[in-house]
Amino acid sequence: MMKEATLRVFRGDSKGGQTVDYRVPIAPGMVVLDALHYIQGHLAPDLAVRWNCKAGKCGSCSAEVNGRPRLTCKTRMDDLPVDQPITVLPMKSFPRIKDLVTDVSWNYRVNRKIPAFEPRPGVEWKISQLDVDRVQEFRKCIECFLCQNVCHVLREHDKMEQFAGPRFFVRIAGLEMHPLDGRDRAGLLKDQLGIGFCNITKCCTEVCPEEIRITDNAIIPLKERVVDEFYDPLTMLFRKFRGDKVQSV
Amino acid sequence: MTANYETREHDVLIIGAGGAGLRAALEALAQGASVGVVCKSLLGKAHTVMAEGGIAAAMANVDPADNWKTHFRDTMRGGKFLNNWRMAQLHAQEAPDRVRELEQWGALFDRTEDGAILQRAFGGHTFKRLCHVGDRTGLEMIRTLQDRGVHQGIDVYMECTVTRLLTDGGRVAGAFAYWRETGRLIVFKAKSIVIATGGIGKAWRVTSNSWEYTGDGMALACEAGAELMDMEFVQFHPTGMVWPPGVQGILVTEAVRGEGGILRNKVGERFMERYDPKRMELSTRDVVARSIYTEVKEGRGTEHGGAYLDISHKPAEYVKKKLPSMYHQFKELADVDITKGPMEVGPTCHYMMGGVRVDAETAQSTVPGLFAAGEAAAGLHGSNRLGGNSLSDLLVFGRRAGLAAADHAKRVAAPSLDNAQIEQAEKELLAPFSNTGTESPYAVHRDLQEVMQNLVGIYRTQEDLKKALLDLEKLKARAAKASVEGSRLFNPGWHLSYDLKSMLIVSEAVTLSALARTESRGAHSRIDYPNADPVWEKKNNIIVHEGGEMKRRESPVPEMPPDLKQILAEDKA
Amino acid sequence: MADSPPVLPESRLGSTLRRDSWWVEIIPVVVVLGGFGIYATLRAFEGTYYSWGPYISPFYSPLIDPQHHWWPFSPALLILLGPLGFRATCYYYRKAYYRAFFLDPPACAVGEPANRKYRGETAFPFILQNVHRYFLYLAVLFLIFLWKDAFRSFFFDSRFGVGVGSIVLTLNVALLTLYTFSCHSLRHLAGGKLDCFSCASFGRARFSTWRGVSLLNERHMLFAWSSLISVGFADFYVRMVACGAIHDLRLL
Repeated sequence: MMKEATLRVFRGDSKGGQTVDYRVPIAPGMVVLDALHYIQGHLAPDLAVRWNCKAGKCGSCSAEVNGRPRLTCKTRMDDLPVDQPITVLPMKSFPRIKDLVTDVSWNYRVNRKIPAFEPRPGVEWKISQLDVDRVQEFRKCIECFLCQNVCHVLREHDKMEQFAGPRFFVRIAGLEMHPLDGRDRAGLLKDQLGIGFCNITKCCTEVCPEEIRITDNAIIPLKERVVDEFYDPLTMLFRKFRGDKVQSV
Repeated sequence: MTANYETREHDVLIIGAGGAGLRAALEALAQGASVGVVCKSLLGKAHTVMAEGGIAAAMANVDPADNWKTHFRDTMRGGKFLNNWRMAQLHAQEAPDRVRELEQWGALFDRTEDGAILQRAFGGHTFKRLCHVGDRTGLEMIRTLQDRGVHQGIDVYMECTVTRLLTDGGRVAGAFAYWRETGRLIVFKAKSIVIATGGIGKAWRVTSNSWEYTGDGMALACEAGAELMDMEFVQFHPTGMVWPPGVQGILVTEAVRGEGGILRNKVGERFMERYDPKRMELSTRDVVARSIYTEVKEGRGTEHGGAYLDISHKPAEYVKKKLPSMYHQFKELADVDITKGPMEVGPTCHYMMGGVRVDAETAQSTVPGLFAAGEAAAGLHGSNRLGGNSLSDLLVFGRRAGLAAADHAKRVAAPSLDNAQIEQAEKELLAPFSNTGTESPYAVHRDLQEVMQNLVGIYRTQEDLKKALLDLEKLKARAAKASVEGSRLFNPGWHLSYDLKSMLIVSEAVTLSALARTESRGAHSRIDYPNADPVWEKKNNIIVHEGGEMKRRESPVPEMPPDLKQILAEDKA
Repeated sequence: MADSPPVLPESRLGSTLRRDSWWVEIIPVVVVLGGFGIYATLRAFEGTYYSWGPYISPFYSPLIDPQHHWWPFSPALLILLGPLGFRATCYYYRKAYYRAFFLDPPACAVGEPANRKYRGETAFPFILQNVHRYFLYLAVLFLIFLWKDAFRSFFFDSRFGVGVGSIVLTLNVALLTLYTFSCHSLRHLAGGKLDCFSCASFGRARFSTWRGVSLLNERHMLFAWSSLISVGFADFYVRMVACGAIHDLRLL
């Protein structure tokens, strides 16, 4: 007798829906995405699931498994209790399209607000590994948007218009700390991207499948940079005194 | 029927948003063209993100002796001289500039001591040549191109699938597509179209490829009258995961062997000594894949039908630093700590050397206005691709395709769309909703994967290939009857029924070409013709779609000029 | 394939599909932080039993106007604002108390009370968190005094000796030092603010400093809790010895 599990999957669209239970046979090493594929292939061919690589590299298959935001391709069935149904729900913070697929286009709109890399004039293209290490952590991001989904500023307070979310602070950290970048995005962070809304409660760091230390290494350093420019009277005075001209955006 | 779809117009339409598509888009945009990019997934999820090892470019940062000529020679040798020499030359000459450009757009590669881009060794490359970012080079590349793209003003049509190219008297006129999210239809009008849709791995059961790799671009081009070339050359990467079943096929990067990983069989023999004593684990992919396959076939495989790949003799910290994602992949998915014990690996369908036949300089296919670049195009890699040559291929020929496509768009008048073609495409696309049988597209797909895996795999025979052709006919009939449940709103069953059509077209092209090539060369291994045949070294297989049928022709490999022949003759290893 | 009732939970306090006991994370924070708050307040107002022999309670150091010439209240009240401000604006404690006391959020992917206006740290009072670095400067100043106190605690009537109190005070200031030097703001000031270590003046040195602080910073939470407990205990020990409830054990 093959071992089985019950998946309790959300079925529905933007108008509403309910969960439906599916019985799925368990194979060794199976992940939740395998179970969803089994449902597609045998029980519900129109079950909408977004996925690409099934190897934890593309960040497409985000969902909430037993209430926890996860990549379904990296969530092992044998790590979940199978004596009760495993709930699989779409990401809560984004508008539902169908079943487990949500509309994440907001993220792409936010990304457009961030000025791209622009080298300082006349830079020599020599970069030291010690300058690269820090930024490479941010570049690991696979844009699964789980951090955006779990962040309570978006999830509970719907600050989509005023707040960019952890993903884009990670992106900006990668640009701001790029050793050759010549732009300054502190004003943008403070005013348009609402970094002040972040109260550093670290859920983004907890869910990141790439183990980027989002809060400590990206958001807090950016907050400190914003302090330099807007809240610290001494550094503000010092900048004035030195006549620093930064290319603000 | 005109009210059934929206229409968009661009000078250049690019299908696919991986490395080649985005690089093409950036170039076409730089030429002043209006550019649209259509992709099946979300932007930034393309298969390019899975590329791990690096970008091959003879920058000579680590080995000063490296230059384009050596890279050219390595590429031709790796491809067993079936490569288009001009493409191999352009590729070797232009790759360093393309890498530098990427850096100037914000990519951050690992560095040498003196601040240049670090390069690592890889199978088949004479020198340390692969510019890399740990083991996630592809992600760095796609993010760099993507972020530059959105700021330069490319219109991206995400989660939109093209199902047919529209033509106007023999030249390209546009494309017919649907939005995955809503199932609504969209027609693109374009003077130039670039196919950058990648490969075909999803037609095999064990593959490292993502679901998108269903050969759409090749099928679209073929149906529009373009020629496909070298379709028999499907690269099986020697090291994919084999256990547990759910992760079978997921890639284990060649960098494991590059960093000193050792292959052993069940009884502990380092079996590569038997197959390639000189290069051992760092032999070309075709050789290593066949060696593992043979070990398993002859009963010396591991418990789950693979070989052991062991890197645990290296210090644990070193392994974690150099191969972080491999460490996590095995730890999380297979409960194996690769710093302590061996991985179980086996061949996995990885890359398509063949594809749309293109002109070397312009990447234009045999259909005017239709271009192809990257994995979807044929020619550069010949019968076997070297690791690291794919990412550089995307950049070099992506740029060339974008340039030529923009140029073409400047020179030609606006095409006109043919309503009959659009109506036909719509009818075909929506057919599964009116099919009444019980055939499931998922079942057809599973069976197709079995056929290709078992009959058109690493080793091929005439008997198997003939049987595969018969099976494919049956599958085509089943696919045509497949029906889907539910609505047009994000319906994967329906999506698959279209992907199936593409997979069946390319599968047939692969099988036909493989049957014809009565020799073993590069990735194509015939048990009944185990040796290379000098006659076949001079011929490419060409596939065309004529009168509703797939036809095969042979075409002579272009003759190389004497100066390049001289390069190949030097240092004959 | 039986249908079950609708499940997407509406957002209200505590709504979640998490199966684990998410609330166990916040209970220790409430107990320890709350307990410390009450104890520290009581002790601050007590204004006595803050020194014995060479020992002085960290709550009262540096001792200002103990004779009440111009300050009529407990001298601790002049001191405690510094450490309190440092901890209140600390990037780690902010996480802890926003979660445990403000339930904003109570835990990851757990609902908050509905219809709450949220302004994060963009408006008063929490916009003041941005001055954390000034409390850091103060904290460093305090450390100097506390190290002096620790040093002094080894001299009983100008003769070297070691009592349990000496060890308690030394251990405490060591932990407070680790806590202070693992501060996020310090990490920024030490080098984190640079975009390019290799092109800045003293870049290498600042890189090393930044990396050192970063290493400590990874354990900032650990130091935050251990130093909180140690500072409370140090005060408690001094108080107990000073009021005669226990005898300081001389080890040497």
